[in-house]
Amino acid sequence: MVKEIERAGLPVVHICTVVPISLTVGANRIVPAIAIPHPLGNPALSYEDEKLLRRNIVLKALKALQTDVHEQTVFDK
Amino acid sequence: MIKVVHYINQFFSGIGGEEKADIKPEVREGVVGPGMALKAALGADMEIVATVICGDSYFNENIEEATAEIITMISKYSPDLFIAGPAFNAGRYGVACGSICKAVKEELNIPVLTAMYIENPGADMFKKDLHIVETANAATGMRKAIPAMANLAKKLAHNQEIGSPVEEGYISRGIRKNVFKSERGSKRAVNMLVAKLKGESFETEYPMPVFDRVAPNPPILDLTKAKIALVTSGGIVPKHNPDRIESSSASKYGKYDIEGVYDLTEETYETAHGGHDPVYANLDADRVLPVDVLRDLEKEGVIGKLHRYFYSTVGNGTSVASSKAFAHKFTQELLADGVDAVILTST
Repeated sequence: MVKEIERAGLPVVHICTVVPISLTVGANRIVPAIAIPHPLGNPALSYEDEKLLRRNIVLKALKALQTDVHEQTVFDK
Repeated sequence: MIKVVHYINQFFSGIGGEEKADIKPEVREGVVGPGMALKAALGADMEIVATVICGDSYFNENIEEATAEIITMISKYSPDLFIAGPAFNAGRYGVACGSICKAVKEELNIPVLTAMYIENPGADMFKKDLHIVETANAATGMRKAIPAMANLAKKLAHNQEIGSPVEEGYISRGIRKNVFKSERGSKRAVNMLVAKLKGESFETEYPMPVFDRVAPNPPILDLTKAKIALVTSGGIVPKHNPDRIESSSASKYGKYDIEGVYDLTEETYETAHGGHDPVYANLDADRVLPVDVLRDLEKEGVIGKLHRYFYSTVGNGTSVASSKAFAHKFTQELLADGVDAVILTST
């Protein structure tokens, strides 16, 4: 799906846990996630800490969308 | 006696389904699960001495550590051959089989073999490095997969010449080989052309590799004015899954209105995804589709607007063709609705 969205002309960021799969599929902007059943969360944390964790991943994704890239890029910092 | 070590996941070992997908690697003496049929097919001079088992989620969330741990387990048996799977269309399992085979080949320097469906992401990732026997997309293809795996395993173990992908039933590795043919090239080319003109089937001797890459689009310049849309393959749907999106091999996607929705709760949303433990997403679907955080960022003026609709399907054994068709269709809507960028989340 990520490739078809990009092909149609929209910048897209893929938030996913298994980065090698995303690279194989052909995503250009990739943000690594936490775990397969809860990519943007961690049930071990308190509600507040978990939301902060999620916010940081989303902010990273938004930063990726504002970054000019010319090849597949993993935003892991 | 040729010693073989076999790798399977938590499901095929009978340990459990998705609720056990987080188990760490373990090793058992002898055969487990599909190893039984494989052992019979391999014949008397090959012995499966041990079976390594690991949960699919654990492996994929810890690829490097899990691979190292599994290599240590395998090397203790000093095997002559390593076999993983078959993984069919189970994506995480296919990635595990491919990753471990590649590591075993490189580090233990023995022949390796795995098997999976051609659309398994593990196939594209590892087909150049490994012999991957092509299987059906579901475990119902086990009976056909085992003899094909055993045949190739025997040849690899005895260091015999491996035939072409079509002859041996493995996924093409893109390797070109010089061979002698009784007819010269010009004649073969003309024969092929004649067959093509007649509409008959013919097989090219020089298949072109398919490179399907899309160049990245330019970035968003002003995020504070941008309309951002959410899309997921994690199967988030309103409670009770009104469109009945299938838990695997989805045939459709859903479009859901989130006007006035600030938080996805246990009472209002759930996941339809059948390929991982659904507990965490059912308790709080924001863990897959971050509506709560994007609403905050919208209010704070960090983003212009969160698009009124999100699109969702289940990326579990869903064919590449279906996924392409879904995305092609809803992206036209996103463009028509003036969306500037997409956040796509996957489980």
